[in-house]
Amino acid sequence: MIGAAPIIGEPASAGVAADADARVACAWRALGAVEDPEIPALSLVDLGIVRFVKTQPDDALEVGISPTYTGCPATEVIRQLVEQALEGAGVGPFAVAHVLSPAWSSQWISAEGRRKLADYGIVPPRDADSSRPVACPRCQSVDTECISHFGSTPCKALHRCRQCLEPFEYFKCI
Amino acid sequence: MNATAAEAADSLFRYVLRLGDLGLVLGQRLGEWVGHAPALEEDLGLANVALDLIGQARLLLAYAGELEGRDRGEDEIAFLREQSEYLNPTLVEQPNGDFGQTIVRQVLIGAFQLEFFERLANSADERLAAIAGKAVKECRYHLRYSSDWLVRLGDGTPESHARVQSALERLWPYTTELFAEDDLDREMADCGIAPRLAEVRAAWSARIDAVLAEATLDRPRDRPYQWFGKRGEHSEHLGYILADMQYLQRAHSGARW
Repeated sequence: MIGAAPIIGEPASAGVAADADARVACAWRALGAVEDPEIPALSLVDLGIVRFVKTQPDDALEVGISPTYTGCPATEVIRQLVEQALEGAGVGPFAVAHVLSPAWSSQWISAEGRRKLADYGIVPPRDADSSRPVACPRCQSVDTECISHFGSTPCKALHRCRQCLEPFEYFKCI
Repeated sequence: MNATAAEAADSLFRYVLRLGDLGLVLGQRLGEWVGHAPALEEDLGLANVALDLIGQARLLLAYAGELEGRDRGEDEIAFLREQSEYLNPTLVEQPNGDFGQTIVRQVLIGAFQLEFFERLANSADERLAAIAGKAVKECRYHLRYSSDWLVRLGDGTPESHARVQSALERLWPYTTELFAEDDLDREMADCGIAPRLAEVRAAWSARIDAVLAEATLDRPRDRPYQWFGKRGEHSEHLGYILADMQYLQRAHSGARW
């Protein structure tokens, strides 16, 4: 399921990325450099928000993005950032579509994204194995508790370590 | 479009409005807690739930606008209708009351949303199925939050127990409407767009019994019921919500920021 998407952007110039594969690769590179507005340690590609980049018969690139939560206030900003990045990279005409189905899942966060989340101090989602304890990102103790199901952004919950007593954020599984 | 196709499109439009208005009105109601919740964590929690509900409403109302074909976008539909044109169930416009009453309402409606969206995700209407598939994940999380609180309050102090039991008695009658199948519900279920409400009710009932038992609360008896917000017949409370919600768009038509 894909939302309506007007085509924007200048025609691809011969010098930049004229052939289709090069334009797709160029778009992925540009999107891989776009930081998530709320967790700038990760790119939109790391978070699995960018679903696909395809060439259409009419020569426009089609870029699919999936919002994480329907109520995420960053959704509009993310779309603008994607458009700016693609225009800046000179990928030629493109259309950005919101992909609703399948719904975004925290399982789509890449291995690289999980590593960056952990380095940033946010515990990555446990997705596959919910019985695994949430370990404190500071002292690695597994003696932790959930203080609040909701944190500072829609995608995070608030936990606390019972050993070092520090609160920390945990990326919710969805 | 021939007459039958036009009628079918109008039915689907009204049905999608019902679903969209549920999220819109409940999201607006919950938003009243921002800055007033008993603790910062609950302030964030209720605001997060409200945001998801409004996000779901946006998807549904934008779809309703397309079905209607009169060039109305999500904002016009949300902000510029009259009270009797809103088709949300009356339960979601009920006042927040104390924190316990809000939690009771969220459990009653949250269990409904979860069971309903799980089934709507298999709808014959591809767009509704996609929206439901997204919403069900969020509603599952919301219900975990509200159920946890209901257990803490119900199985808490005598005061907290008495308050949530009384809120349950007060709000219980409004759940009747959620499962009272009318012509529109039947028409949508017959063509595979909507789930059968009897099926949703059975699943809802089992879920509610389980959480009430854990919260040491008594399930109230079913009583006669008169409000039907889903047909546009609302309680007095909706008008106040709309006055608050629509003020800006009516005073400064087309305002953006």
